[in-house]
This record gives sequence, C-alpha cells and structure tokens, in this order.
Amino acid sequence: MSAAPIHIAGERLMLDPAGVLWWPARRLLAVADLHLEKGSSLAARGALIPPYDSRATLDRLIPLVRRYRPERLIALGDSFHDRHGASRLPREDAARIAALAQSAELVWVLGNHDPAPPEGLPGVTTAALHEGPLTFLHDATGRPGEISGHLHPKAAIATRGKWVSRACFIADSRRVVLPAFGAYTGGLDVRDPAIRALFPRGGRAFLLGRGRLFSFTLAELREAEPA
Amino acid sequence: MLAEARAGRSALLIAPTGAGKTLAGFLPTLAALAEAPREGLHTLYVSPLKALATDIARNLTRPVTEMGLPIAIETRTGDTDAATRRRQRETPPQILLTTPESLAVMLSMEDSGRTFAGLSTIVVDEIHALAGTKRGDQLALCLSRLATLAPGARRVGLSATVPHRAPLVAFLSADGRGTGVAIVEAPEGAAPEIAVRLPDGALPWSGHMGLLAAPAIYNMIREARTAIVFVNTRAQAELVFQALWRLNDDALPIALHHGSLAREQRAKVEAAMAEGRLKAVVATSSLDLGIDWGDVDLVIQVGAPKGVARLMQRIGRANHRWDEPSRAILVPANRFEVLECRCAIAGVAARDLDGDPPPPGGLDVLAQHILGVVCAGPIHPDDLYAEVTRAAPYADLPRRDFDDVVRFVEDGGYALAAYDRYRKLFRDAEDRLHVANARVARQHRMNVGTIVEAPLLKVKLGRGFGGHVLGEIEEYFVSMLQPGDTFMFAGRLLRFDRLHETMVECSPGMGDDPKVPAYAGGRLPLTTYLADRVRAMLQDPAQWHDLPEDVAEWLRLQKARSRLPGRNDLLVETFPRGGRWFLVAYCFEGRNAHQTLGMLLTRRMERAGFGPLGFVATDYVVAVWSAHQPVRVAELFGEDMLGDDLEEWMAESSMLRRTFRNVAVIAGLVDRHHPGAEKSRRQVTVNTDLIYDVLRKHEPDHVLLRATRADAARGLVDVGRVAALLKRAQGRVVHMALSRVSPLAVPVLLEVGKESVAGAGEDALLAEAEEAALVAEALGEAEPAPPPVHPVHRANAARHRKRPSGYAVGTQGRTTLRTLRGRRQGELPLAE
Repeated sequence: MSAAPIHIAGERLMLDPAGVLWWPARRLLAVADLHLEKGSSLAARGALIPPYDSRATLDRLIPLVRRYRPERLIALGDSFHDRHGASRLPREDAARIAALAQSAELVWVLGNHDPAPPEGLPGVTTAALHEGPLTFLHDATGRPGEISGHLHPKAAIATRGKWVSRACFIADSRRVVLPAFGAYTGGLDVRDPAIRALFPRGGRAFLLGRGRLFSFTLAELREAEPA
Repeated sequence: MLAEARAGRSALLIAPTGAGKTLAGFLPTLAALAEAPREGLHTLYVSPLKALATDIARNLTRPVTEMGLPIAIETRTGDTDAATRRRQRETPPQILLTTPESLAVMLSMEDSGRTFAGLSTIVVDEIHALAGTKRGDQLALCLSRLATLAPGARRVGLSATVPHRAPLVAFLSADGRGTGVAIVEAPEGAAPEIAVRLPDGALPWSGHMGLLAAPAIYNMIREARTAIVFVNTRAQAELVFQALWRLNDDALPIALHHGSLAREQRAKVEAAMAEGRLKAVVATSSLDLGIDWGDVDLVIQVGAPKGVARLMQRIGRANHRWDEPSRAILVPANRFEVLECRCAIAGVAARDLDGDPPPPGGLDVLAQHILGVVCAGPIHPDDLYAEVTRAAPYADLPRRDFDDVVRFVEDGGYALAAYDRYRKLFRDAEDRLHVANARVARQHRMNVGTIVEAPLLKVKLGRGFGGHVLGEIEEYFVSMLQPGDTFMFAGRLLRFDRLHETMVECSPGMGDDPKVPAYAGGRLPLTTYLADRVRAMLQDPAQWHDLPEDVAEWLRLQKARSRLPGRNDLLVETFPRGGRWFLVAYCFEGRNAHQTLGMLLTRRMERAGFGPLGFVATDYVVAVWSAHQPVRVAELFGEDMLGDDLEEWMAESSMLRRTFRNVAVIAGLVDRHHPGAEKSRRQVTVNTDLIYDVLRKHEPDHVLLRATRADAARGLVDVGRVAALLKRAQGRVVHMALSRVSPLAVPVLLEVGKESVAGAGEDALLAEAEEAALVAEALGEAEPAPPPVHPVHRANAARHRKRPSGYAVGTQGRTTLRTLRGRRQGELPLAE
C-alpha cells in the first residue's frame, strides 16, 4: 500500500488507496460516507437487498485503523444511510464499532443522511471539526482548508481498449474531497457541476487502485464536458 | 385442427412460415362461437410481439364483422390504457390477444380468477421463439396458472418447423411432460431457392459488415418487387443502410428496422411495408418474426446466417405462400462466411434444422411469478409447488430450490435473518402465503417482465423541449463520445451535442468518419450444428469443387502449408510473427465459447510463463498472442481448465455482473421503475454491481447468485460447448509448429486488435494512461491540458502506424466508415 502525500495549508496529508485520509502529524484518520445500514434502509422501502453492507464496510475499515493506529477516527458524515441507521445496526457490528472506540476517539461529523448523533454508539458528534488550519466537515463550503465528503466523487478515464471508472479523491492546494467508503455507495462523476464548482482552478483526481492511486488532472478528465 | 378441437385436445400445429397457421389456430374458436354464442372470455391468444397481436386482431376482426358474428376481439398489451384494461377485466371480450408480460400482469390481479374462469382455448403463437427463453419460462408458468383457474381450457401452439419438438410439446402439455398434446403438421412447402452472391473482385479475408457487396445488393433490390435485407447486428444494419443510400441514385424507398429505433419509427416502417410502399428494408432479427408481408419476393442475407433454423425463418419472410418457393440470396462478407453460407444452404436442402434444446427455467423468473400469484390471492406453498412443476421448464425443479425462491420473495432469504420486519409476504396459521400490503403488489405489477435492456439513453434530434426521439442507444457508447463527434444512428449522420439527463441531444452531422454504435450481445453465435458442417466441408476436398476459386485455392494452400482441421481432432497452430508468437486453435464452437476459451487459455499461458499479451475470438477460431513461444501445447487444453480457472474468472468478469443485474431486476430485488419517479437506469447498474460484490463475499450460495451462475453457464459463455470441446480434444490435439502464418489463420490475424487486452488488468491500463498523461505533461503538451486519449482516436493512430505491415486494425465493434474503406484486404500478402 503506498499512500500519496499532498500538502494543504502547510500540512502533509496522506491519501490512502483504500479511500481514507491520514494526517500523520495529528495521528488522525478520516473516512467519508460510510452509509452504514443502507441495505436495511432500502429494505424498509421495499427493496430487499442483501443486509451485509455494514459488515462489508467495517471489514474494510477495521484493518486500516489497525494499520494507522490513529488517535482520532473521523467519519465525515453520512456515516449511516438514515437517521435511525445506528439503531438497526446488527449487534456484532455495533460491538466492532465499540471496539474501535477503545483504541481511538471516534468523531461523528453530521451529514445530510444522519443529521443526529448515532444512537447507542461511543464517540463525539459535531457539525464540523476544526483542527489546526484544517476543517473536517461533511459538505464543503468552498473555504480553504476543508476536508470533506458528501460528493462521492468518481472518475472515468479512457485507457487502451476500455474506459475505467473508479472512486477517487479530488484535491487542489486548498481542499480535499474524499471518496465514499461504504459498500453500497455509488459515485458522482467529477465532471458534475457540483464538483467542478469546488475546483474552479482545476485540481487532481486520485483514482483508487489496488495498493496505489492513479493521478490525473481534472482538466484531463473534463474533456468530455459540453462546450 | 377442428377435429382436435372438438375432441377438446391440446394441439401443436407445426407449419412452415406462411402456411396460414395463425388463422388455423382460431378456426375452432370462431366455429364454436358461431354455433353457440356466449359472453365472457373464450379464447386467449399470446404472441411474443405486440405488433403481431395487433395485426392478428385486425386480420381477425374483418372476417368476423363481414360474417356478422357477435364476437368481440380486443388486444391487451403494454400500450392499452388503464380504463380499457379495467373494462377488459370486468367484461372481457370473447377473444383477447396479448403478450406474456401483459398476461402475467393480468394474472397478478385479485379478480384474475373471475376473468379467466370460463376460458376455453389458449393460443400461443410463434411458440418456438418463446420456448427456452426467459419469456418462455414466464409464459409456461402463466399457462400453468391458467390451468388452475380454468381447468378445461385446451392449448394450441403454433410453431414454425423446429428441430426439437419434444420441448414444445412439453411446453404445451398440462403436466409439463408432454402428455395429451396432438401434433398437427402442415405439408412441407416448396423448397426455397437459395443462391450465394459474392462481392465483385477479390474475396475479403475478414470483416463482417459485407459493405463491399453493397452495389450488388443494390442491384438485386432494384430488380426485386420488395426485398428484405437481413443483417446480423444493429451496427451492421446502420452501415449497410448508409451504404445503400450512397448508391441510391434512383431514390428507391429503402428503410431501416432494428430493435434500438424508437417504437413509432419502427411502426412507421412496418406500416409502409405492409402497404407496399417500400422497395426494401434493412433489418436485424427484429423482423425475424411476425407480420405477414405478402409482397416480399426476395430475402437477402448479408453476412453468414449463423444457423440453419434462423436462415429458414428469415427466408420464410419472403413470398408468404407456402406452395411457392421463397427466393433468397446470401451475401457472405468474408472467406469463412462463404463456407458457412454453403453449409447453411446444404442444411436447408437437407431440412436439417439446428438449435439447442431449451435449458431449465430461471429461478429469477420463478421469483417474479411467485410474487405475482400471491398478489392475486393467498396460496399454500405445496399447491404452488405442484402448479409450478406442471410448467415444462420447471418440471424437474427440486423442492429445495423452490423453497429458497419462496424465501427470497418473502424476506430476501438471507442467512442473516435481518429483514423479518420488511417481509413482502407473510404466512397465516395454515401456512398460506399472503402479500404483505398493497404497495408490494403495486410495485410488483410495475416490475413484471423478463426483458432487461442494457442501460440505454434516448437519442434526440434537437435541444430542450423540442426535437424528436430517434431511438435508444447504449450508454456505454455515449460515454465514448465527445461533443462534436459524429455517429450514425437511425440511418442518419448525427453530431453529439450534449448529454442532458438521460437524453442524448444531437444535431444533423457532417463529416466522413462517423462512429457506429456498438451493441452488447448483438452478435448471433454460430450453432453447433452449422459449425460441424463447416468443419466437415473443410476436411473433405471433394466438396470444394463448387466453391469460388479463391476460396478453394485458399484451402489448398492451407493443406499444403499446414493441415486442415479434422472432424474429430483439434488443430492448433503456433508461429512467430512481428516479434510475437501466435497460437491459433481451430475449434469451430462459436464466438461466445471461444471468448471463454480465450480467457482461460491466456490464464494458463500466463502460468506457464509464455507471457500472453492478448487474444481474439471469432466464430471459428481463437487466437492468442504471447511474448514467448508456446510449447507443450496439448497440455494447455487439458480438461481441468474448466475448474478453478473458470470459477475465478467468471466471478470477476463484467459478464457475470451484467447477468446478475438482469437476474436482480427480474427477481424483483431492484426495481425497474419506482412508483412515481423513474429511477435512472444508471443507478440500477451501480447498485447491482455493489450488491453483487457484497453478496458474493457474504452469502455466495444465495439463490440469486445460483440463478446468475446458471444463466451465465447456459447462455453467454457457452461453458457447455467449451466443456464438450475439451473433452473431444483430449489426446487429439494436433499441434503444427509453423515458421510463418498459415493461410487459414490470416482472417483471424486481421481481427487482432479488435478485442481488449486480456492479460492486463484494469490497474495496468490505468497506470499506462497515467504515464501517458505524465509524459505529455513533461513534454509541455499539457498547456492547455491534453485531452484523454480517446480509444477510437488511439486506435486510428495505431491503424495508421500498422498499415504498412499489412494489418488492418479496428476497435471492438466501433468500426468506422473510414476504417472499412481503408481496409485493402485483397492486397494482404500471404507470403511474407
């Protein structure tokens, strides 16, 4: 696994190919859009899709926490697919989250899907976490130094033979948007105006790969945009 | 027919196309209703095509009105409005014409018992086109349901001449095992007259479009009264149509018909055809079935027919009177297709039809059906199981599978019992199944149907609210377009302006290098039977005498330089060329099977250290190229190839993800539509891929994954054919280590570059793209940033680079006009 370093507001941050952000100086690990219990949320609306998504998401998150040993683990909002998600969490999965809280402080940033603190889970809840020159929040406002989620960025690149589409980080010298981490989360193309508006002067997309990131400038990815 | 009807027996009527079998199917009904008029639904007619139902209704109404019979004849399809549907349920007409999907919806209504109670006859038209498909599975289940509601109803099946009758008889029978069905067979019609027309000049080595023959085709159209020009793919339809119009100095009315065109567009063409206003129509299999056009006197098949039964069906579209011979001309696009055309003609002459027996019914279709039945009213699982197993495709359904499917419908059927509170069905004290609430039933009725389209976007000429929709195009193709690119669609040259929500907005285009939309799954695989005939012909020089001279010469050269593929062996050639090694296996098992074999071979060769770089599959051969010389070739074809390698590859493949998506939609896991707002089709794709990954990891034996694997194994990858091939090849691999390319290998080498690379994974491709962008940046080309290298453009570049060495390279299905014109296939040097 080789994480890619970027610098924002003089701070060195590492983008991990698994889709999390590591801030070594503060021993802080950020993850965005876990959307836990999306399966049961959809089931309540009549689509009985498999209920294993929380388990699958935690299966990927926990080894990352073991590896980085953060002092704080920040979930950048939409950690649950709906406001009652935490109460539907299977007991084993709730226990795994509680175990995480033993080693690191859990910070639940509120998101549009989960505007209230998760019921019965350890950790602190906040609308935004300010830490040094950086702000960790769900949806970027456009101010410099923001580390955010919400947009679920993904990008497609033309390679020899086929288009390859992957979830990605997007970053410029002022901000980073994290890819969605949850097992059932889809993506929004980086050419979408909502993403473009955040990076008016361009930026780079870091596409997630096995053990490494693939970096392209947004301009390279925006070619197909209508004139 | 009348005799069988009086006896109240079910019957299968087999007649060549055009023998008036549809009317024969209705004769007993008309006779009965004339003798003893009565209210209520008497006869239900089910056809695979909406248009056919409408057409039959029209043809039937006329004589009935003329004779003054008090018989109401109506259609019920997806186009029928809500008020009419309601009225039809309350006071049904005596004769109702419908499709399998609409029938399934009607059967899910609470009052279906009353609607169908007095039913006396069920007519299933074009039954051969339904049996063995998912629509056929659905219809079989519906027939079984109808038998419960109206035990007295007899069934009449109408079929074209088919190779396997037993499955159709079983399909029609009340017990699903073929009991109590009489076969009524019409006398054979006159033998068709079939000729082969070669393009002028040297016969092409490769390519499937057949455009070189356009002038010849145009002349044949001019001399005919009305012609249908059948092609094998939609892309080919667009190209042939365009090529014909380029030549059309007489402004002959020539139209285009394929499944991606807007419904109104197709209806217009069909109407013009029926009225005799067209000189010719270029069509895909969208016209294989259905409406009678008496005036067609010539059928032209461009490209190889891929199967004897399919060719017969197509030829039958001409001269729809069974006592006169139909006239057809086959236009092969390349040398292999010449052989295939000859063999198909021989097959037709021998009335030796091909086709595989139908596979067992899909569990996804069963899930949909079970929910539909429960929506109509409570039922005990034991009764439902008994009913389901009376449908032929499910006659051998194990109870365990049935129970798993019921559990899936009830609450998702996951081992983790998490969804008890979201159940769609509940059980009462007697264990009978009930639907949980009205929303579930409503949702179900909106999702009925077994046809799942690839994600499609509408193509519109003009912007905003104005403009009209030309048809639908695969999203994959649109994602490859840049604004300003031109492409061919619906016979027009269009310029891509922008993608607005799910609408591809276009304006009239100009320029001479348009792209042609590719359609996944558009290719028809070669049937086993025809493949055997081609192999036999190759093996036997005595049969070559009536082949065109350059084809015979080509085969003689092959015999001299290498050897001919034998009937019972597997010829594998290896030779070096252009710094790489090629391995060409002459399997003749059809493109789908070869695709699978190619994947497996490259995996093996990778492990053996041969460094495979890619492969290409045609209907006849599979070719792999590698960095090192492949040795001990026979070992590569070991039968164990189908074990772990296949499992692993299949699970990862995008093909299985697509299959899972279809299964998930049919089984009702994800919605086709949401009540109210339509969910964009894109979302469905993303979701099912993610669901697939999660489900595969956490519950690999879930009933939907079982259904997915069964689907994939039986159809798309032709695992059965690969298995049979490997078994046959054991100890019979004939390896020819050559010093240069063999004559028979030339056509496949010309296809090299059309397939995406197999060995390299997506990550390798990404790394390469990243490197290219980086290099461009370093060279100062990044200001303004370079466009991502478009696959087609890059392929064009590659083509220009490679032409001197004699390669003509295109990309996957996106052949452009310039590509085709640029291929100087005749000049390709054999001796290097």
